[in-house]
Amino acid sequence: MSLEAHIPALPVIVPLLAAPIAAYLRPRHLAWAAATLASIASFAIAVLLALATRDGSIHRYAMGGWPAPFGIELAIDSLGALVLLIITGASTLAIIAGRETIERDIEPHRQPLFYAAWLMVVAGLAGIAITGDAFNVFVFMEISSLATYVVIAAGSDRQALTAVFKYLIMGTIGATFYLIGVGFVYMMTGTLNFADMQARLADIPYVAPVHLAAAFIIVGLALKAAVFPLHAWLPNAYAHAPHAVTAFIAACSTKVTILVLLRFDFVVFMGNIAEHATQFALFVMPLALLGILFGSGVAIFETNVKRLLGYSSIAQLGYILLGASFVDRAGLLASVLHIFNHALAKGALFLAIVALGHHLTRFEIRDLHGIGRRMPWTLGAFSIAALSLVGVPGTAGFISKWYLIVAAFGQGSLGLVLVGVIVASSLMAVVYLWRILEPAWFAAADPVAAGAADDKRVGEAPVGVLAVVLLAAALNVWFGLVPAFPLELAGHAADELLRHVP
Amino acid sequence: MEILGLYNYWVFGALLMIGFFALIARQNLVKKLLGLSIFQSAVFLLYISLAKVEGGTAPIILDPTAAEIFSNPLPQVLILTAIVVGISTTALGLAIVVRIREAYDTIEDDEIRRLDRRS
Amino acid sequence: MSVATAVWIPLAGALLIALTGRWPNVRETITILTAITLAAFVYSVGVEVTAGGRPTAMLGELLPGVSIGFKVEPLGLMFGTIASGLWIVASLYSIGYMRGNKEHHQTRFYVCFAIAIAAALGIAFSANLLTLFLFYEILTISTYPLVAHKGDAKTIAAARVYLGILLATSIGLFLPAIIWTYHAAGTLDFVQGGILAGAVSGPALGFLLALYVFGVGKAAVMPVHRWLPAAMVAPTPVSALLHAVAVVKAGVFTIVKVIVYTFGIDHLFAEPSSAWLTYAAAFTIIAASIVALRQTNLKRMLAYSTIGQLSYVVLAAAILKPLSEIGAAVHIVAHAFGKITLFFAAGAIYTASKKTELHELAGIARRMPWTMTAFTIGALSMIGVPPTAGFVSKWYILAGAFQSDNYFAIFTIIVSTVLNAAYFLPVIFLAWLQPEQTPQKKDHGEAPLFIVVALTTTALLTLGLFFFNQPLIDLEAQVVGRGER
Repeated sequence: MSLEAHIPALPVIVPLLAAPIAAYLRPRHLAWAAATLASIASFAIAVLLALATRDGSIHRYAMGGWPAPFGIELAIDSLGALVLLIITGASTLAIIAGRETIERDIEPHRQPLFYAAWLMVVAGLAGIAITGDAFNVFVFMEISSLATYVVIAAGSDRQALTAVFKYLIMGTIGATFYLIGVGFVYMMTGTLNFADMQARLADIPYVAPVHLAAAFIIVGLALKAAVFPLHAWLPNAYAHAPHAVTAFIAACSTKVTILVLLRFDFVVFMGNIAEHATQFALFVMPLALLGILFGSGVAIFETNVKRLLGYSSIAQLGYILLGASFVDRAGLLASVLHIFNHALAKGALFLAIVALGHHLTRFEIRDLHGIGRRMPWTLGAFSIAALSLVGVPGTAGFISKWYLIVAAFGQGSLGLVLVGVIVASSLMAVVYLWRILEPAWFAAADPVAAGAADDKRVGEAPVGVLAVVLLAAALNVWFGLVPAFPLELAGHAADELLRHVP
Repeated sequence: MEILGLYNYWVFGALLMIGFFALIARQNLVKKLLGLSIFQSAVFLLYISLAKVEGGTAPIILDPTAAEIFSNPLPQVLILTAIVVGISTTALGLAIVVRIREAYDTIEDDEIRRLDRRS
Repeated sequence: MSVATAVWIPLAGALLIALTGRWPNVRETITILTAITLAAFVYSVGVEVTAGGRPTAMLGELLPGVSIGFKVEPLGLMFGTIASGLWIVASLYSIGYMRGNKEHHQTRFYVCFAIAIAAALGIAFSANLLTLFLFYEILTISTYPLVAHKGDAKTIAAARVYLGILLATSIGLFLPAIIWTYHAAGTLDFVQGGILAGAVSGPALGFLLALYVFGVGKAAVMPVHRWLPAAMVAPTPVSALLHAVAVVKAGVFTIVKVIVYTFGIDHLFAEPSSAWLTYAAAFTIIAASIVALRQTNLKRMLAYSTIGQLSYVVLAAAILKPLSEIGAAVHIVAHAFGKITLFFAAGAIYTASKKTELHELAGIARRMPWTMTAFTIGALSMIGVPPTAGFVSKWYILAGAFQSDNYFAIFTIIVSTVLNAAYFLPVIFLAWLQPEQTPQKKDHGEAPLFIVVALTTTALLTLGLFFFNQPLIDLEAQVVGRGER
């Protein structure tokens, strides 16, 4: 086979092979370079795949030449390609922007290992996005999770360790629940391939174990995706991870899990279990609404900027689930689109945090006071990303919010309540982001704060970092004005997910 | 008989709950990890038991022409992978506990939380 | 040239101003030149529109069936013309004011000002509600640094109110209203006769109208008017921008545009559920006038006067008769000329004498005759005395009210005219006829030349509109699709 035929496998293979290389490369700058190159290469492949799936086609690849359903099959559809794009893009931007802060915060001899773990995260997440095999999802999920624990634990304060321990426990429970669910489905169907499962489940007369499997899978994945009320691990993990790691995982890790959730529920279960669509909606919609209100509400009172953004992510995840819970094309389209747009907004926000992290050691709101005078460009980018998160027109966030509200109006009289919640949460987002932005632009630096905002030497972040941050902010504006590309992918993704739903 | 006949699932359920209880109720981080291990082991047993075919032998085919009944080898292979994952998780967890002990001088969860609040 | 140029010119100007910030003379020359270029361009568009053309430019589809695009019609042309025309005057004035008061961050000021003008033109020329909303939000955000210009704690708290109310109403009410419209009508284009006929009716229509009226916080219909007095902390040229050139005008313009082109006046007139708007506007007019009566600070008094005057426009639009819609459009222009004169005068007084309170103005006309003459003309226009612009617009509003036998509206206008006179005439009397208090804070004459030129110009425009209003009336008659007056 020519190399071209292997392209679907490369997003996993490239970082997976580059990881051990990075681990042994000395000096450490070479390790960084290798990781960056691998990340860029994966991103380039992801772009190719995304362009290839623009027409709604699915690209399949049989691992090791074993055809499905016997072997493991990679199946790249629009949804997978979109998420893959987010993963590799976030990784690339974060690793480029994060070089200096990683260099400063992690002991030199551990850095190559850190980069190796980073690449494993990329490989694992990419694997989840593109595989067509339920058990393979579990394996990739654990690869990415174990590596994620490692990179989060590299955070410079000791609370990173407790945060990661909590994450490890919760994440493992989630993954194990998923494994149990897959076991039950396998028991009933004898296959692990999503498409095959879908086909065979139809002939199963006795569905109780499948119901049980659905319950385990939904709860397990919800735990890994930090769906309210299973979100407890997320805020601290985001807050204490190294800034670059937060920028990377905040953009993609929970979304990848959502992708698996959507695949399982829409492709495997909805066509085969009567009433599953209703069950799914009744289970997910209340959680989504509560998560939206809870996440935004807590964020209003949170004082640590990174944790605040973490709570905001819980709320934003609620939007994604809310769209999915409508179980119609408009809702799924909004949901998938928001996966993309929220990644843009949150990624840009955390990249700006990476840039600010060149001068700040702590991220309480008062540490940011007056930083706008020292680092106007960085804070400007942060502000644009914040507008995108709120959903101000002209930014990416507006597009998905628009589609979500349109979809909510399609829900009849219930829709008005949903619109009310979405609007209320947007206004809460204005409040919590404003609590950061106003003093950051206008207040005088707090003399007791640990940050160095008042220090005369503090200037902008290095040019390279700044360029990445500004690029991320610019992408928010670009996809707010020219949303055709993610829209197309999201449209195909919605169609593909709904193909098996009666 | 129906209930007892499914004893493997009862064992799975019991082990799962024992592990889960230890995870939630114990303050000691190492005990939490032990709980996690038991929790995962329960799932291993589930997979292995559902591969068993009554009257089946080990899936080693010596004579391709004989129509022997043998156990499904696939779940066993799957669970080998899961065991490796479980070991890695436990190892990583223990490594983190060691780092926590270095940083906090304790491995009791409530104690750690108290220290975090103070800082 | 595409009409989108109207947005690009001030944006390009903003960029150039930012790049030349280090050389104030160059920077300010560019500001003036950009303003003149823009006005010339809008004039050229205006010639085409007056002749019946509707220049259109679509930039690209953002959502299915909804593009970001521009389409100039008479209402928008009128708003675009006053925004671009008054920008020249306001720039002249700003230069005098910012230099006279030695303000800081002047480059930021001019950049944001230019972006705000770009947004105002975007609103004026927008072809659909989504484009309008996009520029509406840009206007909100770009004027925030202007309002917060001073940068001290009190200013920032007030600016927070400004941004908070405008963002909250626009995201909380305006956006859902737009999406509802899109969901119901399947389009957001501005169409003669409206798009909602047959799509939304009954009580829901009244509710949707409420979402629009209160969602457009910039129109300052009570109770969403609080941002306007709060924004008085801004430097005076910004107040002029807010009150006359762009922000509040964008608000009432949006409401008139939505009523005429989205709801359709005939559709709305047939629905009793829309009648509340008349009462809400009337309440705002009377309440704001009474509050203005009680003010002791000149700028705050003017702010409440603005709230009242804006609701004239809303009231006029709510009468839902062709003549009153023309009156609404003319009143936007008349109020713009009058109010910018008043604010320029207030700023001139502050720059020359540092006076801000009403009682301090005794006898000031002897020292600043030009300024106070202009102030008097502006005040008379607010009351609606001939020969000023305010009289013309009031005439048309009243004519529309008589056309539909809306005696409630007529009564409101009469009462508010009395109230307007009650708070403006004492100030004029004080300034011209009372002796000066001694001792004076500072010995002063007229304000700097730039300022005097600017406010004389706007005062002349206020008078001019009374005598030469026919082209404007004819133009706006096209809005309601009739040739008659």
